[in-house]
Amino acid sequence: MSKNYNMILAGFGGQGILFAGKVIAYGGLLDEKEISWLPSYGPEMRGGTANCNVCISDKAIGSPLVTSPDTFIAMNLPSFDKFINSVQPGGTVVVDSFLVDKKVERDDLNVFYVPATKLAEEQGLKGLANIILVGKLFKETGFCSEESLYKAIEKCVPARKANMLEANKKAIKLGMEQ
Amino acid sequence: MAERFLMKGNEALAEAAIQAGCRHFFGYPITPQTELAAYMSKKMPKIGGTYLQAESELAAANMVLGCASAGCRAMTSSSSPGISLKTEAISYMAGSDVPALIINVQRGGPGLGGIQPSQADYWQATKATGHGDFQILVFAPATVQEMVNLVGKAFDLGDKYRMPAMILADGMLGQMMEPVEIPDGSDVQLPEKPWATNGHQNKREHNIINSLYLTPQALEKLVKDRFERYEIIKKNEQMAEEYLTDDADIIVVAYGASARVSHSAVDSAREQGIKAGLIRPITLWPFPTDVLNKAASHAKAFLSVEMSMGQMVDDVKLAINCSKPVSFYGRTGGMIPTPDEILAEIIKLGGER
Amino acid sequence: MAVVFEKPHALTDAPFHYCPGCTHGIIHRLVAEVIDELGVEGKTVGVSPVGCAVMNYDYFNCDMVEAPHGRAPAVATGLKRAKPDNVIFTYQGDGDLAAIGTAETVHAATRGENITVIFVNNTIYGMTGGQMAPTSLPGQVTQTTPYGRDVNTAGFPVRVCEMLSTLDGVALAQRVAVDCVKNVNTAKKAIKKAFQNQIDKKGFSIVEVLSTCPTNWGLSPVEALDWLRENMIPYYPLGVYKDEEKGARIK
Repeated sequence: MSKNYNMILAGFGGQGILFAGKVIAYGGLLDEKEISWLPSYGPEMRGGTANCNVCISDKAIGSPLVTSPDTFIAMNLPSFDKFINSVQPGGTVVVDSFLVDKKVERDDLNVFYVPATKLAEEQGLKGLANIILVGKLFKETGFCSEESLYKAIEKCVPARKANMLEANKKAIKLGMEQ
Repeated sequence: MAERFLMKGNEALAEAAIQAGCRHFFGYPITPQTELAAYMSKKMPKIGGTYLQAESELAAANMVLGCASAGCRAMTSSSSPGISLKTEAISYMAGSDVPALIINVQRGGPGLGGIQPSQADYWQATKATGHGDFQILVFAPATVQEMVNLVGKAFDLGDKYRMPAMILADGMLGQMMEPVEIPDGSDVQLPEKPWATNGHQNKREHNIINSLYLTPQALEKLVKDRFERYEIIKKNEQMAEEYLTDDADIIVVAYGASARVSHSAVDSAREQGIKAGLIRPITLWPFPTDVLNKAASHAKAFLSVEMSMGQMVDDVKLAINCSKPVSFYGRTGGMIPTPDEILAEIIKLGGER
Repeated sequence: MAVVFEKPHALTDAPFHYCPGCTHGIIHRLVAEVIDELGVEGKTVGVSPVGCAVMNYDYFNCDMVEAPHGRAPAVATGLKRAKPDNVIFTYQGDGDLAAIGTAETVHAATRGENITVIFVNNTIYGMTGGQMAPTSLPGQVTQTTPYGRDVNTAGFPVRVCEMLSTLDGVALAQRVAVDCVKNVNTAKKAIKKAFQNQIDKKGFSIVEVLSTCPTNWGLSPVEALDWLRENMIPYYPLGVYKDEEKGARIK
């Protein structure tokens, strides 16, 4: 039986947190799972905090609101501090270590540090740190099939940004190599 | 099966309305329903429809009154404070027997309140969407797919009974994305509306859309006739979902977002050996009293779970004539209850293990 | 037998309920004559206001909708967007159009909403018994300005045609009166133009008609016409405030 996921993705507005969550959700959808995606919303602007909750399950999803995630992607320090203690024991945490200058103190989590923002800049994938982290999460958890993950990217990149498709796929691969 | 794709609740409501034959949307921006209006502004011009951003919620709702009077499927959407302003036109539409769709993506109140999800407009939607003796149809979806399905239903029943219909959603349902399948509306059949004020073309007497009746006898008769129609609706149009209710000792009653959370809580209770079940009203007016009464014959207690200080709980008590104890658990102000909180309430009610 | 005078077809046989000497009757007739002459009754939908003319849905033979107080331009907008080829007019008083419905009036006008607005200004709330209107004159005694309208506390009257004439969406803004034959003839021409503009898709047209309220002014009908000429016309000069042959278009 495949695993269910209750995820929180969090960071600054403008880092593509909501988009990364959508890619993960679509991956689950293409595997014919039940999924939900719930954004934080409010009078928030670029540079403010943003987060979204993604659930992937074999059963109909009850509350799409994730309060104790089993999976957590952190892309800035305030988000890291806010959510790290709510992660369930044994949970998976992926941290952009270029932006979060802190280590997880708990010893009951599987933590992966990826300097995603730095990697993205070095590899000419500016703005795709979010997708690099998705790639890493995929490698560590296999939240969907690889085929579905690439299809999900195709579904989520809008037609007017089709030139970004290859870069997104490259970012996924880069994340998987970390 | 048609392809399922991810869609935000607010956008799904808009697309479903288009597929249901709606070509006229009149709105005014407010969080958290904005994506609905934005979607309409993008789509309507491409399909020969109307998207109009009005000067106020008052104006938007009255534009719907005018457009629906001409016989078109017309709609508006808003969130709680904006709905208060639309109640003027809703009362006039009810008093003139004009069907239209109003969507409320609820947020916390009163006053400006907050912008997070809430169910604090239950009383407004079901008891007093404006002044006077009247009801509107009120639908409470719990998933994005159900939002889609109920939009068509709301238009159809509104037309059938000549009355306004409301989709009572909340910020969570409006903002979240879920897989959804949109029905193809290319063959949708819109009913004839011989009462419409669309120009008599010199072929009939003039039609009048009006809610003014200065003779008390005439107004009383009209209102009574309308209430006879409401009785037919109560008899025929109740909708609810039952989950594990057959053998349940404790019945949780919840709609919309809080029903989703309650569903998880009922599962947890069952895992602990507690015979819990869920009744999820899908129509809030007419309230699904039949299903509740049936459950009252064997259940030991009811628990109404709401994102408010306790509004639907009154209707639960009335539905079962207080024949069983009915308690309440709720969060308000934009807070969403957790499954654990609800489970704790179920355990308090002493379900047998 | 030759017919020398008859009711316009666009008026029903229902007797008007207006007070003796009130000029609503004349204005109704002018609107109905225009509808007859343009041959558009079958595709015309009127919007009734809240105020003295609230029951005019019974008087006009075209389809009619009764709007909430002040919202006639919004209701008319909905009717027009539903059926752009229909002819939609509102018939509103001063409280309806220039107080509670100011936002709807201004925004329908600035959108260039292709409708016709007949605005009856008699400087008073007639139906509720003679309270101050947004157009009551400075010093005018009403039930709620018993010492005369004090502009220091009650503010100044609204000059609707002047205000609306600044908006790009307005095709026609004209003020007329129906106090004498000459003015009645001018008023009819203005109303006809306001309807023709709509048929020609020129945008928002408003005709403001200065009207009397002998009952609430406490005057005889003849005295009321004198009062209108002596007090209202100097404050609300008759004339064309805007006539854009190419008014803002709307689909």
